[in-house]
Formats: sequence, C-alpha cells, structure tokens
Amino acid sequence: MEIQRTKSLMQRGKIGNCTVYCVKTHRRRLRLPFRLVSSPSIKFEMMWKLGFAFLLVAAASICEAAAIFSPISEAHRSAALELFSPAAGMFTSLEEASESLRTFEVLGIEIGTDLKDSTCKSVVDALSSGSPNSKDLYYALRVSSVLKCKISEGDLTGGVALRLKDFVKDAKSLLDFYYSIGGLVLIKDQASEVDVLLEDADGIFRSVKDLSQSDGKWRYNSNNPESSTYAAGIALETLSGIITLKSSEIDGNLIHALKKDVVKLFDNVDKYDDGAYYFDDQFVDASGHQGPVSATSSVVRGLTTLASTSGSLNIPGDKILGLARFFLGIGVPGTGKDLYYQIDALACLDQNRVLVPLILSLPASVLSITSQDKLKVKVTTVLGSTGPPLSVKLMQVFSSGSKDASIINKELKFDHKEAVHVLDALPAGVDVGEYVFAFEIALSDLEHKKIYATGGRTKVPVYVTGVVKVENDKVEVLESDSVETQQKLDLPGKNDVALAANHLQKLRFSFQLTTPLQNPFKPHQALLKLRHESGVEHSFVVGNSGKLFETTLDFLGLVENFFYLSGKYDIELTVGDAAMENSFLQPLGHIELDLPDAPEKSARPPAQPINPYLRYGPKPEIAHVFRSQEKRPPQELSYAFLGLVFVPFLAFLIGLLRLGVNMKNFPTSTIPAAFAILFHGGIAAVLGLYGLFWLKLDLFTTLKTLGVMGIFLMFVGHRALSHLASASEKVKSA
Amino acid sequence: MGKSPTTKDDAQALFHSLRSAYSATPTNLKIIDLYVVFAVFIALIQVVYMAVVGSFPFNSFLSGVLSCVGTAVLAVCLRIQVNKENKEFKDLPPEHAFADFVLCNLVLHLVIMNFLG
Repeated sequence: MEIQRTKSLMQRGKIGNCTVYCVKTHRRRLRLPFRLVSSPSIKFEMMWKLGFAFLLVAAASICEAAAIFSPISEAHRSAALELFSPAAGMFTSLEEASESLRTFEVLGIEIGTDLKDSTCKSVVDALSSGSPNSKDLYYALRVSSVLKCKISEGDLTGGVALRLKDFVKDAKSLLDFYYSIGGLVLIKDQASEVDVLLEDADGIFRSVKDLSQSDGKWRYNSNNPESSTYAAGIALETLSGIITLKSSEIDGNLIHALKKDVVKLFDNVDKYDDGAYYFDDQFVDASGHQGPVSATSSVVRGLTTLASTSGSLNIPGDKILGLARFFLGIGVPGTGKDLYYQIDALACLDQNRVLVPLILSLPASVLSITSQDKLKVKVTTVLGSTGPPLSVKLMQVFSSGSKDASIINKELKFDHKEAVHVLDALPAGVDVGEYVFAFEIALSDLEHKKIYATGGRTKVPVYVTGVVKVENDKVEVLESDSVETQQKLDLPGKNDVALAANHLQKLRFSFQLTTPLQNPFKPHQALLKLRHESGVEHSFVVGNSGKLFETTLDFLGLVENFFYLSGKYDIELTVGDAAMENSFLQPLGHIELDLPDAPEKSARPPAQPINPYLRYGPKPEIAHVFRSQEKRPPQELSYAFLGLVFVPFLAFLIGLLRLGVNMKNFPTSTIPAAFAILFHGGIAAVLGLYGLFWLKLDLFTTLKTLGVMGIFLMFVGHRALSHLASASEKVKSA
Repeated sequence: MGKSPTTKDDAQALFHSLRSAYSATPTNLKIIDLYVVFAVFIALIQVVYMAVVGSFPFNSFLSGVLSCVGTAVLAVCLRIQVNKENKEFKDLPPEHAFADFVLCNLVLHLVIMNFLG
C-alpha cells in the first residue's frame, strides 16, 4: 500500500544520518499543458497543473530533510474515482456517502444525477425517520449540504432541529455533542430560516470543555479516562460550532483558555526529518480507524473551524506548513478513509484563517545539461491554486554527501504564462550529479506574512544529468610490466578486440571519464567482466584515482579464481550511474587465456545454471521399436496340416467300424439309459468347456464351472458305470 | 526244395504268426490299441509340422504333442487294467478302470488347454 511505503521511507529518515545508497532510475518526466477546469456546481474554480514528479525517490537518500512535496494532482482524482465509486450505484451508508461526496467536491469530480437523486432520497428518508441516533441525522445533513438536496420542504428541517436540540440537552459523551451540534450548524447553513440557536451555549461549552485534559488531548466521555488527539480535533470543531450557534455571549475567558489548550496540543506534535508534522494516536476511535492520518486530519479540521469562528490562533507557521507537508507527503493513499482524511484536511488548510501554507514544488527534479533544461519552481497552495505574488530565491546549493555549500542568493524569474519561477542558468560549478537546492520564498506584500506560511529554507533534491565523455580508453597485455600488445578502444561505441595472454602476463585496462564541465566523474558502477565460453563469469571493479580509471588483472594470482579454465574469454565493460545519460554496457571483444592445468585438489568451476527448458521442457519423443514379429508360416501350410491332423481321426473311426464296434452294452431300461446319456453328455460338456476356456474364458471361471460339472459327472458316471458293472457281474455269474 | 530258410521267409513267417496271434485278442483291447496308434500318429504329424515351420509358439507345440502322448499313455494303462489275462488286476472291474481313464484324461486335457495359450 502506498501509505505504508511512504511511511517506511519517512521512518528511515527518522533514524538519523543514514548513508543509504539507492540506485535511482531516471524517471521520464511528463509535462502536460495546464488545464482550466471549471464546473458550475463547485464553489471555486481550480487551476490544475499536472506534474508527475513523485516524491518517493527523493526522501530516502539524502537524509538532510530534502524532499519534494507536490500539491494535489491528477493521481488523487483517479484514486478518488476508483476508491469511492459506489458499488451497485448507491452508497452503502450516509457516512460513506458524506466522505465520498466531500472528497469529490474538493477534487472537482462530478457525480451522476442518478446517484445524486438516490442519495438525496436516502437523506430525506433518514431525516424524516424517527431515528434516535444523532449520528444518522448528522451525516444526512452533511450529505445534503454537499449535494444541495431539497430538505426545506414542509417542516422537515424544523423538526430535525428540534430533535437535535433535545439531543444536545441529553448529550453525555463528546461524540453526542459533536453530532448534534454539527447537525445544527449544517441546518443553519442550508435552511437559514430555522431557529437553531442554543439557549445555554455557555453551559454546553463548559460541559464539553470539561472533557479536556491538561496535555491538550480530549476524552470521549467522563467515564473513560483514555484520551486521544482525534477526540481533540472533534472537540475543537464542536466548540467552534457552539460559538457559531450562540444566542448569548460566551465567557471570553473560556475561549481564551481554549486557545491556550490548542497551543498545548501542539507541544505533543511529532515530526519527521523532512519537515512534516503530525499527530499520532494509539487509541482506536469510534469507527475503528486509527493512525496519524485520521488524528492529524481531525486536529486540522478542528483548528481551522475554530479559527474561522473565533479569530486567529497563535500557531507558528512552520508547524502549519509541517502539517500540510505531512498530508502531501503521504502521496496517494490506498484506502478510501485515508484519502478522505487527507483531502479533507488539505481542503481545510487551503483557505483557513490561521495561516495558509504555501508549497514549493518542482514539476521536474531531473535536469539535463545536454538539453539545457532550466530549473522551474512552482509555489502554490496545497490544492494547487495560485498563491499571492512572491519571489523565489535560490540561496544555496549542496552537492550530495557534503555539508558545505556554495552560497548563491540568486532570484528566479517569474514566468506569467506558466506561473512558474524559472532559473535561467544553473549555477556555475553544478555538474553532473545529485544536489540539494535550498530555496527561500519572499512574499511581495508584507501584510501577507500574517496570512500565509512559507517556511524558511526549503531544500529540494535535484538531479543533474549529462553526457559523460570517455577518453584515453585502451586495453593492454603486459609482460612483466612492459607493454606487449596494446589496443585502443572506442568507448562507448562498439569494439571488438582480440587478445591473447598466458598466465604469466597481465591485462591492464584504463580509461578516463570527464563531465561536460571537464570535471572527473566517479560513476556508481564501473565493472569489467570476463566470461568463459563455458559460461563461468568473473567480474572486477575498475578502481579510480581522480579522472583515471584503471584495473590490472594479474593472471598469475587469478589462476585459481579462474578455476584453471583456459580458452576464450569474452570481455564486457559496464559503466553506469543514474546521472549519466550515456551509461553503457559494451562487449569489448575477447581474450584467449592460456592457463596451466588444474592440479588434483583444485576447486571445480561452479555449475552453470541449467537451461530450464532443457531440463523441464518436453523431452524428445521416443519411438518405441517393437520386437519384430516372429516369422509365421504361410496360412495355406497351416491349413494343410490342420486337415492332415483330421486324417488319423477318420482312420480311427474307420478302424473302429472295421473292428465291429457296437452299442449292445448300452442299457435299455429308462433310468440307466438316462444316466448313460447324461454321462456321455457330461463328458461332451466338459470338453466343450475346455474349448471355451481356450477361446475366451479364464482359468478361474473354468475351474469353477468344471468343479460343478465334475461333481455332476462323478455322480452320473458312478451310477452309469455301476449299473454296467452289475450287469456284467450278472452275466459272469450266470 | 531243400533250401535253408532265408531271412525274408523268417520275417514273413514271424509277421504272419504275430498277426494270427493278434487276431485272438479281444475286441475291446483292439479298440484301445487302435486309439493309441491314432494318438501317436497325430503326435507324429505335429512333430513334422514343427520341423517344417519352426517352433515359434513352443508352448503350443508342447501341449499338442504332450496331449497325444499323455492320452496314449493313459490308454495303455487302461489296456493293462482291462486285460483279463493280467492277473494283477483280476479284482478290478473294467468300468472302474474306464472311469479312471476318463477322469485322468479330463485332468490332462485341462492342463493341456491351459498350456495351449
């Protein structure tokens, strides 16, 4: 989430002097022409400058509280549309509706008439229902104040006002007071004929004030000792509402004491290094939302409402500016509630009677020497509207990492067309690199000092990029410190050198880097890489002294590091920096290295990463080679022999006939005859079963059937044969 | 005619005597003998077939040959048991021997069918 990321970035700043080196990337800055957006339904017309200079990058690296805060931009509008678009065409609750509509109102977003009508209808329903909850009435009135719903029909508002007055009388906790008094103030704005004045304004003021604490925070009710800053904001808003609704004068001392409380509240304010002030709360408020955004937003709201009703407050300008910076430093929040709190607070700060903070921002923080970019500075209110006439001066320029700076004191020219302050030329000595520019704003009209808060010195990080020249680049092969081969290179263009060396020689590589202003330049990365044909890589950092960058590779010492791999090595040079417009990664050619053979116990070169497609991808298809079928005899031969097998069978039958077989022993009487027939039938059946078994049955079914048939056959055969045996016995004995 | 008897005459005389002796055997024994001869012939035909085409489905060849040989052997056993001149099996009724023959044949042929493949 956006807010978490920026918060952690800010917390890094809080740790102290950190030398965090972050590799920054060039951000192509888009400058769109400014656009005038006016819509009749919104009260004030706004001038939107659409800049996309996001402030994330700047805050972390240079820990001297240099940061770019930019006013509300198009990103907030699109986030609002995304976060607040009501699902199913209707808002789920009036509270959500009030938040969404307030955000849309501030950002200048129109809502459709269908949504407007349906929301107005739910407002009227809420107001006319006999709800015992002052919270519903309050939010309904808030929604209708944005949408300008027609609620003055009949005595709707009058009735609601009476109910709210009753709520005020019965109120016990801070939130009860807040909703009921807030509701009455909203009715006063929308339906001025209704009588909303409070009789005992003084007494109500005192009862709310009783909930305050000495450290400036407020409690929610007298029973609960926990206090919070969010409650303080709500209380301030409530008290200013009471002041608006008073029918008789409130004791001036009370108001004076209240203003002192507000000043005390600011004693507890927390601060970030980049100048953002905020209030933090550990207590979870009524809606379950906790955090610095809601607490600070509520305080800002209460503060500005109080100032508008009872005159100015004595808050120092840098704290007001700090609060504005806090909200702008959040970027675009990720949740609807955070976005609402941010936008609401900024809207309160945009035009308030304490001090209006003026934000100095840079539409583009990356300048190119090559294209001769001019530094432009914008000074606007937090929502992006123009400020009063003023002048901007560049006071100091710090180069990155160093504390001392050159004092410049140069005034920027104001360009009326674009409403930016332009620095004609970069100060002398500003070369390629990172700088922090310190600006000071001077208001033209001294009276405006009481109205606007400009802050003292505003520090912003600026990146100056340029083309870095590479000179005197050459690569040499040295044989005991005398140059054997030398090749000049043409960086940053293409090169293709072919060198050869053995392990007794050295490779020396050198070049010079110069900025456009002829100063030496130290890039963030200067690496020389040697890659063997088998894929093993070795990288070396190219060290420098002044302008000269040089590295000498002594192969005698590197033999073991190179794993004794001889062969062709590709050479590659990388020189890069965020401020260098022509960073390059160039292959330079190759070198044939002749290293001695590896001894027994030397380290193996690291395994190269396996191409995942080779290992996990589809393997080549295997064509299975089946065993060729055995040669079978021709079918006719097989049939011939089949026929031949039947011949002995026929011969057998003929022989039987010739021998004179007869069926005389076949029993004639019925029962034995039946058994005999069954016996022969059984044998035939078993043989038939064997035939089936050969053709298609399996052994188990065959055995099962055979078992059954066998038992039958045994029984039948026994009967038949015993009958025959007894018959032949009779014949023998006879 | 005072010639000494030649081998050819001897063979012929032997053959005739065998033939006449054989014709004295009972008919049922002759049936069994005929069955044995029939089974052996079929086995011989199968061996000749294998010799011609090669022994690729060797299990089939074996089962075929062994079924013939087995049934011939069982028939010989039956003949021994049924032969009235055989004093050893005097008390065994021939139907009993026949039942054994049938049973053993059925078992043999079950095994043969399984091995045939």
